[in-house]
Amino acid sequence: MAVYNLKINGTRMEVDVDPSTPLLWVLRDHLKLVGTKYGCGIAQCGACTVHLGDTAMRSCSLPVSSVGNQEVTTIEGLSENGDHPVQKAWLEVDVPQCGYCQAGQIMSAAALLKSNPSPSDADIESAMNGNICRCGTYVRIKKAIKMAAEEQAS
Amino acid sequence: MTLVKTSIGRRSFIKSSALAGGGMVLGFSWLASCKDQAAMEAALAMPDEWFEINGFLKIGDNGLVTIMSPNPEIGQNVKTAMPMIVADELDTAWKDVIVEQAPLNTDIFTRQLAGGSQSIRQGWEGLRLAGATARQMLREAAAQAWGVAAAEITTSAGMLHHEASGKSAGYGEMASAAAALEVPEEVEMKDPKDFSIIGTDQKNVDGKKIVTGQPLFGLDVNRDGMLIAMIVHPPAFGMKLKSADTESVKSMPGIRDAFPIVVYPEGAERQWSDGGAIPEMVAIVGESTWQCMQAKKALQAEWEADGDLESTAYHEEALNKMLDTAQDAPARNDGNVEQAFARAAKVVESTYSAPYLAHNTMEPMNFFAHVTPEKAELLGPIQTPEFLENTLASVLQMPKEKIDIMMTRMGGGFGRRLYGTFAVEAAMISQKMQAPVKLVYTREDDMSQGTYRPSYKIRYKAGLDADGNLIAWHVRGAGTNDDLVFENRFPAGAVDNYRAEKHALPTDVTTGAWRAPRSNFIAGAEQAFMDEVAEAAGKDPIEFRLALFDRAISYPVGDPEKNDYDPERYAGVLKLVREKSNWEAGPPSGQSRGVAAYFCHNSYVAQVLDLTVEANAPKVHKVYCAVDCGIVINPLSAKNQVEGGIVDGIGHATYSALTFRDGRPEQTNFDKYRLIRNSEAPKSIETYFVDNGIDPTGLGEPSLPPVQGALANALYRATGNRYYEQPFFGERRIIG
Repeated sequence: MAVYNLKINGTRMEVDVDPSTPLLWVLRDHLKLVGTKYGCGIAQCGACTVHLGDTAMRSCSLPVSSVGNQEVTTIEGLSENGDHPVQKAWLEVDVPQCGYCQAGQIMSAAALLKSNPSPSDADIESAMNGNICRCGTYVRIKKAIKMAAEEQAS
Repeated sequence: MTLVKTSIGRRSFIKSSALAGGGMVLGFSWLASCKDQAAMEAALAMPDEWFEINGFLKIGDNGLVTIMSPNPEIGQNVKTAMPMIVADELDTAWKDVIVEQAPLNTDIFTRQLAGGSQSIRQGWEGLRLAGATARQMLREAAAQAWGVAAAEITTSAGMLHHEASGKSAGYGEMASAAAALEVPEEVEMKDPKDFSIIGTDQKNVDGKKIVTGQPLFGLDVNRDGMLIAMIVHPPAFGMKLKSADTESVKSMPGIRDAFPIVVYPEGAERQWSDGGAIPEMVAIVGESTWQCMQAKKALQAEWEADGDLESTAYHEEALNKMLDTAQDAPARNDGNVEQAFARAAKVVESTYSAPYLAHNTMEPMNFFAHVTPEKAELLGPIQTPEFLENTLASVLQMPKEKIDIMMTRMGGGFGRRLYGTFAVEAAMISQKMQAPVKLVYTREDDMSQGTYRPSYKIRYKAGLDADGNLIAWHVRGAGTNDDLVFENRFPAGAVDNYRAEKHALPTDVTTGAWRAPRSNFIAGAEQAFMDEVAEAAGKDPIEFRLALFDRAISYPVGDPEKNDYDPERYAGVLKLVREKSNWEAGPPSGQSRGVAAYFCHNSYVAQVLDLTVEANAPKVHKVYCAVDCGIVINPLSAKNQVEGGIVDGIGHATYSALTFRDGRPEQTNFDKYRLIRNSEAPKSIETYFVDNGIDPTGLGEPSLPPVQGALANALYRATGNRYYEQPFFGERRIIG
């Protein structure tokens, strides 16, 4: 066990866990931030996506010991009032069905728009291919990302 | 306006009472119909236990309306659609109507279940009647309070108005007085053309919670003192636990206990929802999920054969043999197919197959349980709580009154959560630990302990006369644990000589309902074969199908009552998609086009799909989809369901397969099991609904099945090859 002082959603949080513990389970089990989801545990489905700095990361495969001093952002901290342009676009387009994968989808989309404010269809597909949606909301996801990009641009 | 009765004989569809603290409660019958004579006769003939007040509508003195919904939300969006129905008939603002997930209560709610795309279809009349009755009683209460005639009182957006006197009041103000009135014998329901909320786009009521990551799902449940439980189950179907070295994992960090557990003791009463149950496994209980995962990996266990250790090669061979040799009596036999084939100018024959599929809900199976000697409290994602309660009463040896089951929102269902063995496991582990536990399946547990879509094979043979008319159709289908064929579906009734045979191969691999059971394979096969036959007949594939529907309309073969489809509605969706896709003009330059149509869950769907094949994979540019599901409650989310079904259908037909070697699933996570991804989804989907005012039918499933046929037919035009084996572009299925 080891003590880690993590910077999560702008707040310092301390946990005492085994160094191999993935950030996902630190968030979910120890910090009760359950918006980040477990889907596969091997970085194949994207349900656990968070931001490490500005980069989208699969938290299920990221040991807490390698987080260090980097800022972690989860879905709970993406915006104060749920009004990040991606979240607003998600609501406007009415993307979710079951909703389980959508936090991960939103985090991937938000990271994409940070690095590429006006992504092409191909850019979107490439950035979002790591996020599986079993309900099949991909067409709306693409539409919502374009809408968010437009809002950010205006 | 339609006048409907609120009771029939001694059976009342509506019961009213006062709400403690002010307001009214209307109990209504979720499943019963009171609108037409035939339905009323059917209601009278129902066994008493099917005919119960099982839905509730509460109007508080603040005017807020709550529907206690017995049906769980699995992503089909009933939580938004059901309040829209009530709000429209009640004539209140739909935002003032909310759905509360009712706990399992078999005394009040009957047949609590999400499955078969039935929630809206079955709830439709009950919800409307409840809304209309409440509105009428509120008007009556206002009429008495104001000393005017009820007929002079109008309503709008939750307000009562009397124009002549200028009086008005909110629903909440009259709710308590209304509760004291007799339920009227007859109430007015709206004509569909007067709907003001039904048929409008309304956003998901849980949208904000979803996009901000609020705890909604079973896996998010957290309670004081809660432990995490995981299981280690046999690695293969046909194996059972021999021994496990639980002592060595008990000392691992955070592990509280590890033990073999008999989940279904001998003599335990099993429900159909326990079909895939594994009687004995190893449980690991600890303080955190990661610690349990480590112990699970470290556990040394021995397993022994307990049945057949089946491989995919065996399933393939046995199903083929069944198609070649099985001699069961036909499920339907019109005319004489053999004689017709003998005189046919052309005979076409093809065999289609599909592998097992896992459900792969994005939220793996999980359940919270807290079992004490006094009571059992369960909370989690389940589609069949009523069956679970029966099983729990048996395995826990506890009367049902002491068992409380609550449902959470579900991270996908697709049929998987009909089979609630995971909840039974959670309860047994909690009972043994005398502590609250949340059982969590890893993805590997979830994929390797499934209740899978069966593996299927189907053989079609068609005969054409010299003019290209279809004179004979012979279908033989076989599936693992499932006999596959719907003998009274199209083209039954449209062909003089028709024969349907079906066979099931019993296997040790557990199978069950998977989104649009059977239809999820048979539609694609049938519609691909239909394309092949139309081509052999030298006819346009849509014209060829329409001619068959004409036949089924004008002089059907056999008793038309036996056919479980309406040929006019079937033809209607084909004509609509033909128009919307500009079928005659063909696909955009360089693209290839396929068409398919299918009927299931009481709804009709036709699709035209345009694609190119690039880098040995289909690139679907556009899907045009025409749907006849009767009245559409919420087009915005209805289109979402349709789009999802299309993506799901294309994805599984193209990429997904679960294969077995010696009883072991060979794919246990998304590195090997391929699910469709963003770049592989259609670039555009256009959905059109038939506007016919018919009562609503299923929508969660019907768009999935036919798209597999439209895809296969477009692929044929693009490549010159017919696609007979699913997955069309998956990893090569392992044979041998």
